[in-house]
Amino acid sequence: MTAPILSLSNLHKAYGALKVTDGVSLDVGAGELHAIIGPNGAGKTTLISEITGEVALDAGTVTFDGADVTALPVHARALKGLTRSFQITQVLPGFTVLENVATAAQAHDGSSFRFFRSAGADKRLTDIAMAALGEVGLAARAALPAASLSHGEKRQLEIAMALVSQPKLLLLDEPMAGMGREETERLVAVLMALKGRYPMVLVEHDMHAVFRLADRISVLVYGQVIASGSPEAVRADPAVREAYLGEEEFG
Amino acid sequence: MAENPVTPPALPASPPLWRRLWLPVLVFALLALVPFVWGERFILGLVTRAMIMAIAALSLDLILGYGALVSFGHAAFLGLGAYAVAILFSHDIVDAAIAFPVAILIGAGFAFVTGAISLKTRGVYFIMITLAFGQMAFFTATSLSAYGGDDGLRMFHRSEVFGTRILANDTTFYFVVLGTLAGCFVLLKTIVGSRFGRVLRGAKENERRMRALGFDPFRYRLAAYVIAGSICALAGALFANLGMFVAPAYMTWQRSGEFIAMVVLGGMGTLIGPIIGAIGVTLIEEWLAAVTQHWKVIFGPMVVLVAIFARGGIVKLLERGTGR
Ligand SMILES: Nc1ncnc2c1ncn2[C@@H]1O[C@H](COP(=O)(O)OP(=O)(O)O)[C@@H](O)[C@H]1O
Ligand SMILES: [Mg+2]
Repeated sequence: MTAPILSLSNLHKAYGALKVTDGVSLDVGAGELHAIIGPNGAGKTTLISEITGEVALDAGTVTFDGADVTALPVHARALKGLTRSFQITQVLPGFTVLENVATAAQAHDGSSFRFFRSAGADKRLTDIAMAALGEVGLAARAALPAASLSHGEKRQLEIAMALVSQPKLLLLDEPMAGMGREETERLVAVLMALKGRYPMVLVEHDMHAVFRLADRISVLVYGQVIASGSPEAVRADPAVREAYLGEEEFG
Repeated sequence: MAENPVTPPALPASPPLWRRLWLPVLVFALLALVPFVWGERFILGLVTRAMIMAIAALSLDLILGYGALVSFGHAAFLGLGAYAVAILFSHDIVDAAIAFPVAILIGAGFAFVTGAISLKTRGVYFIMITLAFGQMAFFTATSLSAYGGDDGLRMFHRSEVFGTRILANDTTFYFVVLGTLAGCFVLLKTIVGSRFGRVLRGAKENERRMRALGFDPFRYRLAAYVIAGSICALAGALFANLGMFVAPAYMTWQRSGEFIAMVVLGGMGTLIGPIIGAIGVTLIEEWLAAVTQHWKVIFGPMVVLVAIFARGGIVKLLERGTGR
Protein backbone atom coordinates (compact mmCIF):
# COMPACT_ATOMS: atom_id res chain seq x y z
CA MET A 1 0.00 0.00 0.00
CA THR A 2 1.15 3.53 -0.71
CA ALA A 3 1.38 6.00 2.17
CA PRO A 4 -1.99 6.31 3.94
CA ILE A 5 -3.88 9.56 3.48
CA LEU A 6 -4.99 9.49 7.11
CA SER A 7 -3.22 7.92 10.00
CA LEU A 8 -4.57 7.90 13.55
CA SER A 9 -2.13 6.92 16.22
CA ASN A 10 -3.23 5.93 19.71
CA LEU A 11 -6.02 8.49 20.13
CA HIS A 12 -7.44 9.00 23.60
CA LYS A 13 -10.35 11.10 24.75
CA ALA A 14 -12.37 10.93 27.96
CA TYR A 15 -15.40 12.86 29.15
CA GLY A 16 -15.01 12.53 32.88
CA ALA A 17 -14.96 8.79 33.56
CA LEU A 18 -16.31 7.96 30.09
CA LYS A 19 -13.58 6.89 27.68
CA VAL A 20 -15.12 7.84 24.31
CA THR A 21 -11.91 7.17 22.43
CA ASP A 22 -9.68 4.60 23.99
CA GLY A 23 -6.45 3.98 22.12
CA VAL A 24 -7.70 4.16 18.54
CA SER A 25 -5.12 3.60 15.81
CA LEU A 26 -6.24 3.42 12.24
CA ASP A 27 -4.94 3.99 8.71
CA VAL A 28 -6.99 5.00 5.72
CA GLY A 29 -5.25 4.21 2.46
CA ALA A 30 -5.22 6.44 -0.57
CA GLY A 31 -8.34 5.65 -2.58
CA GLU A 32 -9.82 3.49 0.13
CA LEU A 33 -13.40 3.58 1.37
CA HIS A 34 -13.07 2.82 5.04
CA ALA A 35 -16.28 2.19 6.93
CA ILE A 36 -16.58 2.59 10.67
CA ILE A 37 -19.42 0.73 12.31
CA GLY A 38 -20.41 0.22 15.89
CA PRO A 39 -23.36 0.54 18.24
CA ASN A 40 -24.83 3.88 19.26
CA GLY A 41 -22.64 5.68 21.71
CA ALA A 42 -19.52 3.77 20.64
CA GLY A 43 -17.74 7.05 19.91
CA LYS A 44 -17.94 7.16 16.11
CA THR A 45 -19.06 10.78 15.80
CA THR A 46 -16.51 11.80 18.40
CA LEU A 47 -13.80 10.05 16.40
CA ILE A 48 -14.79 11.95 13.25
CA SER A 49 -14.69 15.20 15.22
CA GLU A 50 -11.24 14.35 16.53
CA ILE A 51 -10.08 13.90 12.96
CA THR A 52 -11.53 17.27 11.90
CA GLY A 53 -10.29 19.03 15.03
CA GLU A 54 -13.65 19.92 16.54
CA VAL A 55 -12.94 17.75 19.55
CA ALA A 56 -9.54 18.20 21.20
CA LEU A 57 -7.67 15.00 21.98
CA ASP A 58 -6.28 14.04 25.36
CA ALA A 59 -3.50 12.13 23.62
CA GLY A 60 -2.53 10.77 20.23
CA THR A 61 -1.66 12.17 16.83
CA VAL A 62 -3.59 12.70 13.64
CA THR A 63 -1.48 12.59 10.50
CA PHE A 64 -3.16 13.74 7.35
CA ASP A 65 -1.62 13.78 3.90
CA GLY A 66 1.83 13.30 5.34
CA ALA A 67 1.64 16.10 7.91
CA ASP A 68 0.90 16.08 11.64
CA VAL A 69 -2.29 18.13 11.93
CA THR A 70 -3.01 17.41 15.60
CA ALA A 71 -2.41 21.02 16.62
CA LEU A 72 -4.32 22.63 13.74
CA PRO A 73 -7.76 24.21 14.25
CA VAL A 74 -10.82 23.01 12.34
CA HIS A 75 -10.71 25.57 9.54
CA ALA A 76 -7.03 25.00 8.83
CA ARG A 77 -7.55 21.24 8.54
CA ALA A 78 -10.54 21.82 6.28
CA LEU A 79 -8.44 23.96 3.96
CA LYS A 80 -5.95 21.10 3.69
CA GLY A 81 -8.69 18.90 2.28
CA LEU A 82 -10.24 17.25 5.34
CA THR A 83 -13.90 17.49 4.43
CA ARG A 84 -16.80 16.24 6.51
CA SER A 85 -20.54 15.83 6.46
CA PHE A 86 -22.48 15.86 9.70
CA GLN A 87 -24.72 13.23 11.28
CA ILE A 88 -27.12 16.05 12.10
CA THR A 89 -26.98 18.04 8.88
CA GLN A 90 -25.28 21.39 9.08
CA VAL A 91 -26.25 23.71 6.25
CA LEU A 92 -26.59 27.47 5.99
CA PRO A 93 -30.38 27.55 6.36
CA GLY A 94 -31.03 31.12 5.22
CA PHE A 95 -28.81 30.81 2.14
CA THR A 96 -30.11 29.36 -1.09
CA VAL A 97 -29.03 25.85 -1.96
CA LEU A 98 -26.80 27.32 -4.63
CA GLU A 99 -25.18 29.83 -2.28
CA ASN A 100 -24.47 27.04 0.22
CA VAL A 101 -22.37 25.24 -2.35
CA ALA A 102 -20.87 28.44 -3.76
CA THR A 103 -19.74 29.36 -0.24
CA ALA A 104 -18.01 26.00 0.06
CA ALA A 105 -16.30 26.57 -3.28
CA GLN A 106 -15.29 30.08 -2.26
CA ALA A 107 -13.22 28.73 0.64
CA HIS A 108 -10.87 27.16 -1.90
CA ASP A 109 -10.77 30.02 -4.38
CA GLY A 110 -8.30 32.41 -2.85
CA SER A 111 -8.82 35.03 -0.16
CA SER A 112 -12.33 35.86 0.99
CA PHE A 113 -11.20 39.32 2.08
CA ARG A 114 -12.69 40.69 -1.10
CA PHE A 115 -15.15 43.43 -0.38
CA PHE A 116 -16.35 44.98 -3.60
CA ARG A 117 -17.34 42.43 -6.24
CA SER A 118 -20.69 40.72 -5.89
CA ALA A 119 -20.22 37.11 -4.79
CA GLY A 120 -23.64 36.12 -6.09
CA ALA A 121 -22.74 37.32 -9.58
CA ASP A 122 -19.42 35.47 -9.57
CA LYS A 123 -19.84 33.09 -12.47
CA ARG A 124 -16.88 30.89 -11.63
CA LEU A 125 -18.20 29.99 -8.17
CA THR A 126 -21.75 29.60 -9.47
CA ASP A 127 -20.67 27.26 -12.26
CA ILE A 128 -18.70 25.08 -9.87
CA ALA A 129 -21.67 24.98 -7.50
CA MET A 130 -24.22 24.16 -10.21
CA ALA A 131 -22.07 21.30 -11.51
CA ALA A 132 -21.86 19.77 -8.02
CA LEU A 133 -25.61 20.19 -7.49
CA GLY A 134 -26.17 18.39 -10.78
CA GLU A 135 -23.95 15.58 -9.61
CA VAL A 136 -25.95 14.95 -6.43
CA GLY A 137 -29.29 15.53 -8.17
CA LEU A 138 -30.24 18.80 -6.52
CA ALA A 139 -29.88 21.17 -9.48
CA ALA A 140 -33.61 21.80 -9.67
CA ARG A 141 -33.59 23.01 -6.06
CA ALA A 142 -30.76 25.51 -6.53
CA ALA A 143 -32.81 28.67 -5.96
CA LEU A 144 -34.64 27.49 -2.82
CA PRO A 145 -33.57 28.39 0.69
CA ALA A 146 -31.66 25.45 2.17
CA ALA A 147 -34.03 25.49 5.14
CA SER A 148 -36.88 24.38 2.86
CA LEU A 149 -35.16 21.16 1.78
CA SER A 150 -36.27 17.76 3.03
CA HIS A 151 -34.01 15.88 5.38
CA GLY A 152 -32.62 13.70 2.60
CA GLU A 153 -32.08 16.67 0.33
CA LYS A 154 -30.05 18.42 3.03
CA ARG A 155 -27.79 15.38 3.11
CA GLN A 156 -27.38 15.59 -0.66
CA LEU A 157 -26.60 19.27 -0.25
CA GLU A 158 -23.88 18.45 2.28
CA ILE A 159 -22.36 16.02 -0.21
CA ALA A 160 -22.40 18.71 -2.91
CA MET A 161 -20.69 21.12 -0.51
CA ALA A 162 -18.07 18.47 0.21
CA LEU A 163 -17.45 17.85 -3.49
CA VAL A 164 -16.52 21.49 -4.20
CA SER A 165 -14.25 21.65 -1.14
CA GLN A 166 -11.34 20.08 -3.02
CA PRO A 167 -11.39 17.16 -0.60
CA LYS A 168 -8.44 14.88 -0.14
CA LEU A 169 -10.51 12.81 2.26
CA LEU A 170 -14.27 12.70 2.78
CA LEU A 171 -15.54 12.02 6.27
CA LEU A 172 -19.20 11.07 6.12
CA ASP A 173 -21.03 10.68 9.42
CA GLU A 174 -24.13 8.52 8.91
CA PRO A 175 -25.10 10.08 5.58
CA MET A 176 -28.05 7.70 5.22
CA ALA A 177 -29.51 8.25 8.69
CA GLY A 178 -33.20 9.07 8.55
CA MET A 179 -33.45 8.50 4.81
CA GLY A 180 -36.10 6.49 3.05
CA ARG A 181 -35.25 3.43 0.98
CA GLU A 182 -35.33 5.32 -2.28
CA GLU A 183 -33.19 8.21 -1.03
CA THR A 184 -30.73 5.73 0.43
CA GLU A 185 -30.45 3.98 -2.93
CA ARG A 186 -29.78 7.28 -4.66
CA LEU A 187 -27.08 8.19 -2.14
CA VAL A 188 -25.43 4.76 -2.42
CA ALA A 189 -25.26 5.34 -6.16
CA VAL A 190 -23.69 8.76 -5.63
CA LEU A 191 -21.13 7.32 -3.21
CA MET A 192 -20.41 4.42 -5.60
CA ALA A 193 -19.59 6.99 -8.25
CA LEU A 194 -17.33 8.91 -5.87
CA LYS A 195 -15.55 5.80 -4.66
CA GLY A 196 -12.04 5.62 -6.02
CA ARG A 197 -12.11 9.32 -6.81
CA TYR A 198 -11.80 10.28 -3.16
CA PRO A 199 -10.72 8.27 -0.16
CA MET A 200 -13.58 8.16 2.33
CA VAL A 201 -14.31 7.40 5.93
CA LEU A 202 -17.92 6.32 6.15
CA VAL A 203 -19.72 6.01 9.46
CA GLU A 204 -22.97 4.20 8.77
CA HIS A 205 -25.62 2.07 10.41
CA ASP A 206 -27.14 0.80 7.17
CA MET A 207 -25.35 -2.54 6.83
CA HIS A 208 -26.53 -3.12 3.28
CA ALA A 209 -24.90 0.11 2.25
CA VAL A 210 -21.73 -0.53 4.27
CA PHE A 211 -21.08 -3.96 2.87
CA ARG A 212 -21.72 -2.80 -0.67
CA LEU A 213 -19.44 0.22 -0.44
CA ALA A 214 -16.61 -0.52 1.96
CA ASP A 215 -13.13 -1.70 1.05
CA ARG A 216 -12.31 -2.03 4.70
CA ILE A 217 -14.37 -1.94 7.87
CA SER A 218 -13.36 -1.07 11.40
CA VAL A 219 -15.63 -1.91 14.29
CA LEU A 220 -15.70 0.54 17.18
CA VAL A 221 -17.11 -0.51 20.55
CA TYR A 222 -16.80 1.57 23.72
CA GLY A 223 -14.13 3.72 22.10
CA GLN A 224 -11.98 0.78 21.01
CA VAL A 225 -11.41 -0.73 17.59
CA ILE A 226 -12.21 -4.38 18.20
CA ALA A 227 -11.79 -5.48 14.58
CA SER A 228 -10.52 -4.05 11.35
CA GLY A 229 -10.29 -5.67 7.95
CA SER A 230 -12.07 -6.64 4.75
CA PRO A 231 -15.89 -6.87 4.88
CA GLU A 232 -15.66 -10.66 4.71
CA ALA A 233 -13.17 -10.87 7.56
CA VAL A 234 -15.18 -8.52 9.75
CA ARG A 235 -18.41 -10.35 9.01
CA ALA A 236 -16.81 -13.61 10.11
CA ASP A 237 -15.12 -12.21 13.20
CA PRO A 238 -16.62 -13.85 16.30
CA ALA A 239 -15.78 -10.92 18.54
CA VAL A 240 -17.69 -8.62 16.24
CA ARG A 241 -20.68 -10.93 16.17
CA GLU A 242 -20.71 -11.09 19.90
CA ALA A 243 -20.12 -7.44 20.67
CA TYR A 244 -22.14 -5.79 18.03
CA LEU A 245 -23.70 -7.76 15.25
CA GLY A 246 -25.20 -10.56 17.28
CA GLU A 247 -28.70 -9.25 17.39
CA GLU A 248 -28.74 -7.44 14.05
CA GLU A 249 -29.54 -8.67 10.63
CA PHE A 250 -26.29 -8.48 8.86
CA GLY A 251 -24.66 -8.63 5.41
CA MET B 1 -19.55 12.24 -13.50
CA ALA B 2 -19.17 12.57 -17.25
CA GLU B 3 -22.20 10.38 -17.91
CA ASN B 4 -24.43 12.44 -15.65
CA PRO B 5 -27.64 13.14 -17.54
CA VAL B 6 -28.50 16.26 -15.55
CA THR B 7 -27.83 19.38 -17.57
CA PRO B 8 -27.49 22.33 -15.23
CA PRO B 9 -30.65 24.43 -15.54
CA ALA B 10 -30.56 28.17 -15.95
CA LEU B 11 -29.38 30.01 -12.88
CA PRO B 12 -32.05 30.98 -10.40
CA ALA B 13 -33.52 34.37 -11.19
CA SER B 14 -33.04 37.14 -8.65
CA PRO B 15 -36.01 39.39 -7.85
CA PRO B 16 -36.66 42.22 -10.31
CA LEU B 17 -34.56 45.33 -9.86
CA TRP B 18 -37.39 47.65 -8.87
CA ARG B 19 -38.36 45.36 -6.00
CA ARG B 20 -34.93 45.78 -4.48
CA LEU B 21 -34.58 49.46 -5.27
CA TRP B 22 -37.93 51.16 -4.70
CA LEU B 23 -37.51 51.65 -0.97
CA PRO B 24 -33.96 53.10 -0.97
CA VAL B 25 -34.85 55.32 -3.91
CA LEU B 26 -37.96 56.56 -2.13
CA VAL B 27 -36.14 57.19 1.17
CA PHE B 28 -33.26 59.10 -0.42
CA ALA B 29 -35.58 61.07 -2.73
CA LEU B 30 -37.66 62.19 0.26
CA LEU B 31 -34.54 63.15 2.19
CA ALA B 32 -33.27 65.16 -0.78
CA LEU B 33 -36.58 67.04 -0.94
CA VAL B 34 -36.66 68.05 2.74
CA PRO B 35 -34.61 71.29 2.45
CA PHE B 36 -36.81 72.49 -0.41
CA VAL B 37 -40.08 71.76 1.38
CA TRP B 38 -39.17 72.64 4.98
CA GLY B 39 -36.40 75.19 4.92
CA GLU B 40 -36.66 76.09 8.62
CA ARG B 41 -33.40 75.78 10.52
CA PHE B 42 -35.03 73.66 13.20
CA ILE B 43 -36.37 71.06 10.78
CA LEU B 44 -33.16 71.02 8.78
CA GLY B 45 -31.11 70.49 11.93
CA LEU B 46 -33.45 67.79 13.20
CA VAL B 47 -33.35 65.78 9.97
CA THR B 48 -29.59 66.26 9.72
CA ARG B 49 -29.29 64.76 13.19
CA ALA B 50 -31.59 61.93 12.18
CA MET B 51 -29.39 61.18 9.15
CA ILE B 52 -26.24 61.16 11.28
CA MET B 53 -27.92 58.68 13.62
CA ALA B 54 -28.85 56.71 10.50
CA ILE B 55 -25.18 56.44 9.50
CA ALA B 56 -24.41 55.10 12.98
CA ALA B 57 -27.35 52.66 12.86
CA LEU B 58 -26.30 51.55 9.39
CA SER B 59 -22.82 50.72 10.67
CA LEU B 60 -24.30 48.79 13.59
CA ASP B 61 -26.45 46.78 11.16
CA LEU B 62 -23.31 45.38 9.54
CA ILE B 63 -22.29 43.63 12.75
CA LEU B 64 -25.72 43.18 14.36
CA GLY B 65 -27.87 42.36 11.35
CA TYR B 66 -25.32 40.50 9.24
CA GLY B 67 -23.02 39.19 11.96
CA ALA B 68 -25.50 38.61 14.83
CA LEU B 69 -23.10 40.47 17.11
CA VAL B 70 -25.11 42.45 19.65
CA SER B 71 -22.73 45.27 20.45
CA PHE B 72 -23.95 47.34 23.38
CA GLY B 73 -21.13 49.85 23.12
CA HIS B 74 -21.60 51.24 19.67
CA ALA B 75 -22.10 54.82 20.88
CA ALA B 76 -18.44 54.83 21.94
CA PHE B 77 -17.46 55.06 18.28
CA LEU B 78 -19.79 58.01 17.78
CA GLY B 79 -18.17 59.74 20.74
CA LEU B 80 -14.63 58.89 19.63
CA GLY B 81 -15.22 60.38 16.19
CA ALA B 82 -16.83 63.47 17.67
CA TYR B 83 -14.08 63.98 20.25
CA ALA B 84 -11.35 63.46 17.65
CA VAL B 85 -12.74 66.36 15.61
CA ALA B 86 -13.36 68.64 18.59
CA ILE B 87 -10.02 67.97 20.28
CA LEU B 88 -8.10 68.56 17.05
CA PHE B 89 -10.17 71.73 16.64
CA SER B 90 -9.09 72.92 20.09
CA HIS B 91 -5.51 72.53 18.87
CA ASP B 92 -6.27 74.60 15.78
CA ILE B 93 -6.46 71.66 13.44
CA VAL B 94 -9.77 72.66 11.92
CA ASP B 95 -9.73 71.12 8.46
CA ALA B 96 -12.01 68.16 7.79
CA ALA B 97 -9.41 66.81 5.36
CA ILE B 98 -7.28 66.00 8.41
CA ALA B 99 -9.80 65.71 11.24
CA PHE B 100 -12.22 63.31 9.53
CA PRO B 101 -9.60 60.73 8.48
CA VAL B 102 -8.13 60.93 11.98
CA ALA B 103 -11.59 60.35 13.47
CA ILE B 104 -12.11 57.32 11.22
CA LEU B 105 -8.68 55.88 12.07
CA ILE B 106 -9.32 56.28 15.78
CA GLY B 107 -12.65 54.50 15.39
CA ALA B 108 -10.91 51.74 13.45
CA GLY B 109 -8.14 51.42 16.03
CA PHE B 110 -10.51 51.28 18.98
CA ALA B 111 -12.64 48.74 17.12
CA PHE B 112 -9.61 46.60 16.33
CA VAL B 113 -8.36 46.46 19.90
CA THR B 114 -11.71 46.09 21.66
CA GLY B 115 -13.07 43.81 18.93
CA ALA B 116 -10.09 41.46 19.14
CA ILE B 117 -10.93 40.98 22.81
CA SER B 118 -14.76 41.07 22.68
CA LEU B 119 -15.04 38.71 19.72
CA LYS B 120 -13.39 35.94 21.71
CA THR B 121 -16.71 35.77 23.58
CA ARG B 122 -20.25 35.17 22.38
CA GLY B 123 -23.83 35.86 23.41
CA VAL B 124 -24.44 37.62 26.69
CA TYR B 125 -20.71 37.87 27.38
CA PHE B 126 -20.22 39.77 24.15
CA ILE B 127 -23.01 42.18 25.11
CA MET B 128 -21.46 42.73 28.53
CA ILE B 129 -17.91 43.23 27.34
CA THR B 130 -18.88 45.68 24.59
CA LEU B 131 -20.96 47.53 27.17
CA ALA B 132 -17.92 47.63 29.44
CA PHE B 133 -15.68 49.05 26.70
CA GLY B 134 -18.39 51.60 25.90
CA GLN B 135 -18.56 52.69 29.52
CA MET B 136 -14.78 52.87 29.63
CA ALA B 137 -14.83 55.33 26.74
CA PHE B 138 -17.62 57.28 28.41
CA PHE B 139 -15.81 57.67 31.73
CA THR B 140 -12.56 58.48 29.98
CA ALA B 141 -14.36 61.34 28.24
CA THR B 142 -15.82 62.64 31.50
CA SER B 143 -12.34 62.67 33.02
CA LEU B 144 -10.77 64.68 30.19
CA SER B 145 -10.73 67.88 32.20
CA ALA B 146 -8.46 69.58 29.66
CA TYR B 147 -11.25 69.04 27.13
CA GLY B 148 -14.24 70.06 29.20
CA GLY B 149 -14.78 66.91 31.24
CA ASP B 150 -18.47 66.43 31.97
CA ASP B 151 -19.37 69.75 30.37
CA GLY B 152 -18.03 68.85 26.97
CA LEU B 153 -16.12 70.86 24.44
CA ARG B 154 -17.29 73.59 22.09
CA MET B 155 -16.12 74.30 18.54
CA PHE B 156 -16.29 77.92 17.39
CA HIS B 157 -17.30 77.01 13.90
CA ARG B 158 -17.71 73.90 11.76
CA SER B 159 -14.73 72.09 10.27
CA GLU B 160 -13.21 73.76 7.26
CA VAL B 161 -12.96 71.91 3.97
CA PHE B 162 -9.57 72.61 2.39
CA GLY B 163 -9.55 76.02 4.01
CA THR B 164 -13.11 76.98 3.10
CA ARG B 165 -16.07 77.33 5.44
CA ILE B 166 -18.67 75.78 3.15
CA LEU B 167 -20.04 73.57 5.94
CA ALA B 168 -21.16 76.68 7.82
CA ASN B 169 -24.22 76.77 5.60
CA ASP B 170 -26.86 74.48 7.13
CA THR B 171 -28.27 73.43 3.78
CA THR B 172 -24.82 72.57 2.44
CA PHE B 173 -24.10 70.63 5.62
CA TYR B 174 -27.42 68.84 5.21
CA PHE B 175 -26.48 67.64 1.76
CA VAL B 176 -22.98 66.64 2.85
CA VAL B 177 -24.54 64.45 5.53
CA LEU B 178 -27.09 63.07 3.07
CA GLY B 179 -24.30 62.30 0.60
CA THR B 180 -22.28 60.57 3.31
CA LEU B 181 -25.31 58.51 4.31
CA ALA B 182 -25.92 57.50 0.70
CA GLY B 183 -22.25 56.66 0.23
CA CYS B 184 -22.17 54.52 3.37
CA PHE B 185 -25.38 52.77 2.31
CA VAL B 186 -23.97 51.87 -1.12
CA LEU B 187 -20.63 50.84 0.39
CA LEU B 188 -22.22 48.54 2.97
CA LYS B 189 -24.69 47.12 0.43
CA THR B 190 -21.68 46.23 -1.72
CA ILE B 191 -19.77 44.73 1.19
CA VAL B 192 -22.59 42.48 2.40
CA GLY B 193 -23.00 41.11 -1.11
CA SER B 194 -19.29 40.46 -1.58
CA ARG B 195 -17.31 37.32 -0.81
CA PHE B 196 -16.40 38.88 2.51
CA GLY B 197 -20.05 39.64 3.29
CA ARG B 198 -21.01 36.11 2.37
CA VAL B 199 -18.60 34.68 4.95
CA LEU B 200 -19.89 37.11 7.58
CA ARG B 201 -23.49 36.12 6.84
CA GLY B 202 -22.57 32.45 6.71
CA ALA B 203 -20.99 32.58 10.16
CA LYS B 204 -24.27 34.00 11.46
CA GLU B 205 -26.24 31.23 9.75
CA ASN B 206 -24.12 28.35 11.04
CA GLU B 207 -20.71 28.91 12.55
CA ARG B 208 -19.90 25.23 12.85
CA ARG B 209 -20.57 24.67 9.17
CA MET B 210 -18.40 27.63 8.18
CA ARG B 211 -15.47 26.30 10.20
CA ALA B 212 -15.87 22.91 8.58
CA LEU B 213 -15.76 24.64 5.18
CA GLY B 214 -12.42 26.23 6.08
CA PHE B 215 -13.40 29.69 7.31
CA ASP B 216 -12.26 31.18 10.61
CA PRO B 217 -15.24 33.39 11.56
CA PHE B 218 -13.20 35.47 14.02
CA ARG B 219 -11.13 37.20 11.35
CA TYR B 220 -14.18 38.17 9.32
CA ARG B 221 -16.09 39.38 12.35
CA LEU B 222 -13.15 41.47 13.47
CA ALA B 223 -12.86 43.05 10.04
CA ALA B 224 -16.59 43.81 10.07
CA TYR B 225 -16.25 45.28 13.55
CA VAL B 226 -13.47 47.57 12.34
CA ILE B 227 -15.50 48.67 9.31
CA ALA B 228 -18.53 49.36 11.53
CA GLY B 229 -16.43 51.27 14.07
CA SER B 230 -14.85 53.40 11.34
CA ILE B 231 -18.18 54.35 9.81
CA CYS B 232 -19.72 55.13 13.19
CA ALA B 233 -16.74 57.34 14.02
CA LEU B 234 -17.35 59.17 10.76
CA ALA B 235 -20.93 59.72 11.93
CA GLY B 236 -19.43 61.10 15.15
CA ALA B 237 -17.23 63.53 13.20
CA LEU B 238 -20.37 64.83 11.49
CA PHE B 239 -22.22 64.92 14.79
CA ALA B 240 -19.56 67.14 16.37
CA ASN B 241 -20.02 69.53 13.46
CA LEU B 242 -23.80 69.57 13.65
CA GLY B 243 -24.04 71.29 17.02
CA MET B 244 -20.38 72.39 17.07
CA PHE B 245 -20.19 70.70 20.44
CA VAL B 246 -19.19 67.36 21.94
CA ALA B 247 -19.88 65.88 25.36
CA PRO B 248 -19.58 62.51 27.12
CA ALA B 249 -23.37 62.24 26.75
CA TYR B 250 -22.74 61.30 23.13
CA MET B 251 -21.53 57.90 24.24
CA THR B 252 -23.85 56.81 27.00
CA TRP B 253 -25.00 53.20 27.07
CA GLN B 254 -28.55 54.50 26.57
CA ARG B 255 -27.53 55.79 23.17
CA SER B 256 -25.98 52.41 22.32
CA GLY B 257 -29.34 50.91 23.26
CA GLU B 258 -31.09 53.41 21.01
CA PHE B 259 -28.92 52.35 18.10
CA ILE B 260 -29.98 48.75 18.68
CA ALA B 261 -33.63 49.84 18.83
CA MET B 262 -33.22 51.72 15.55
CA VAL B 263 -31.76 48.69 13.82
CA VAL B 264 -34.32 46.25 15.25
CA LEU B 265 -37.32 48.52 14.60
CA GLY B 266 -36.23 49.29 11.08
CA GLY B 267 -35.33 45.73 10.20
CA MET B 268 -32.06 43.97 10.98
CA GLY B 269 -29.90 42.92 8.09
CA THR B 270 -31.59 45.17 5.55
CA LEU B 271 -29.46 48.35 5.75
CA ILE B 272 -32.35 50.47 4.49
CA GLY B 273 -34.40 49.43 7.53
CA PRO B 274 -31.99 50.87 10.11
CA ILE B 275 -31.96 54.16 8.14
CA ILE B 276 -35.74 54.32 8.37
CA GLY B 277 -35.58 53.18 12.00
CA ALA B 278 -33.03 55.85 12.93
CA ILE B 279 -34.96 58.64 11.27
CA GLY B 280 -38.24 57.40 12.73
CA VAL B 281 -36.87 57.06 16.26
CA THR B 282 -35.19 60.48 16.15
CA LEU B 283 -38.33 62.23 14.91
CA ILE B 284 -40.71 60.39 17.24
CA GLU B 285 -38.46 61.08 20.23
CA GLU B 286 -38.41 64.75 19.35
CA TRP B 287 -42.18 64.83 19.01
CA LEU B 288 -42.85 62.83 22.19
CA ALA B 289 -40.38 64.92 24.16
CA ALA B 290 -42.29 68.04 23.09
CA VAL B 291 -45.61 66.50 24.15
CA THR B 292 -44.56 65.07 27.50
CA GLN B 293 -41.45 64.81 29.61
CA HIS B 294 -42.36 61.18 30.29
CA TRP B 295 -41.79 60.27 26.65
CA LYS B 296 -39.61 57.31 27.49
CA VAL B 297 -42.59 55.67 29.20
CA ILE B 298 -44.39 55.82 25.86
CA PHE B 299 -41.41 55.07 23.67
CA GLY B 300 -40.36 51.92 25.52
CA PRO B 301 -43.68 50.08 25.03
CA MET B 302 -43.76 51.25 21.41
CA VAL B 303 -40.46 49.51 20.76
CA VAL B 304 -41.77 46.36 22.39
CA LEU B 305 -44.98 46.47 20.33
CA VAL B 306 -43.13 46.83 17.05
CA ALA B 307 -40.76 44.05 18.06
CA ILE B 308 -43.75 41.77 18.74
CA PHE B 309 -46.09 42.67 15.90
CA ALA B 310 -43.62 43.57 13.19
CA ARG B 311 -40.92 40.97 13.45
CA GLY B 312 -38.36 41.89 10.85
CA GLY B 313 -39.07 45.54 11.46
CA ILE B 314 -40.69 48.25 9.42
CA VAL B 315 -39.06 47.03 6.21
CA LYS B 316 -40.85 43.66 6.46
CA LEU B 317 -44.16 45.46 6.97
CA LEU B 318 -43.57 47.62 3.93
CA GLU B 319 -42.59 44.64 1.82
CA ARG B 320 -45.71 42.78 2.86
CA GLY B 321 -47.64 45.90 1.89
CA THR B 322 -46.29 45.67 -1.64
CA GLY B 323 -47.33 42.04 -1.97
CA ARG B 324 -43.99 40.44 -1.52
N1 LIG C 1 -19.31 16.69 24.63
C1 LIG C 1 -19.59 15.56 25.28
N2 LIG C 1 -19.61 15.54 26.63
C2 LIG C 1 -19.89 14.41 27.30
N3 LIG C 1 -20.16 13.23 26.72
C3 LIG C 1 -20.17 13.20 25.37
C4 LIG C 1 -19.89 14.34 24.59
N4 LIG C 1 -19.98 14.00 23.28
C5 LIG C 1 -20.29 12.70 23.25
N5 LIG C 1 -20.41 12.20 24.51
C6 LIG C 1 -20.70 10.81 24.86
O1 LIG C 1 -19.74 10.02 24.23
C7 LIG C 1 -20.32 8.81 23.77
C8 LIG C 1 -20.03 8.63 22.30
O2 LIG C 1 -20.80 9.54 21.55
P1 LIG C 1 -20.74 9.57 19.96
O3 LIG C 1 -19.36 9.81 19.52
O4 LIG C 1 -21.77 10.54 19.49
O5 LIG C 1 -21.18 8.08 19.60
P2 LIG C 1 -21.73 7.49 18.23
O6 LIG C 1 -21.54 8.49 17.16
O7 LIG C 1 -20.90 6.26 18.03
O8 LIG C 1 -23.16 7.15 18.46
C9 LIG C 1 -21.79 8.88 24.10
O9 LIG C 1 -22.02 8.17 25.30
C10 LIG C 1 -22.04 10.34 24.30
O10 LIG C 1 -23.07 10.55 25.23
MG1 LIG D 1 -22.85 9.41 15.86
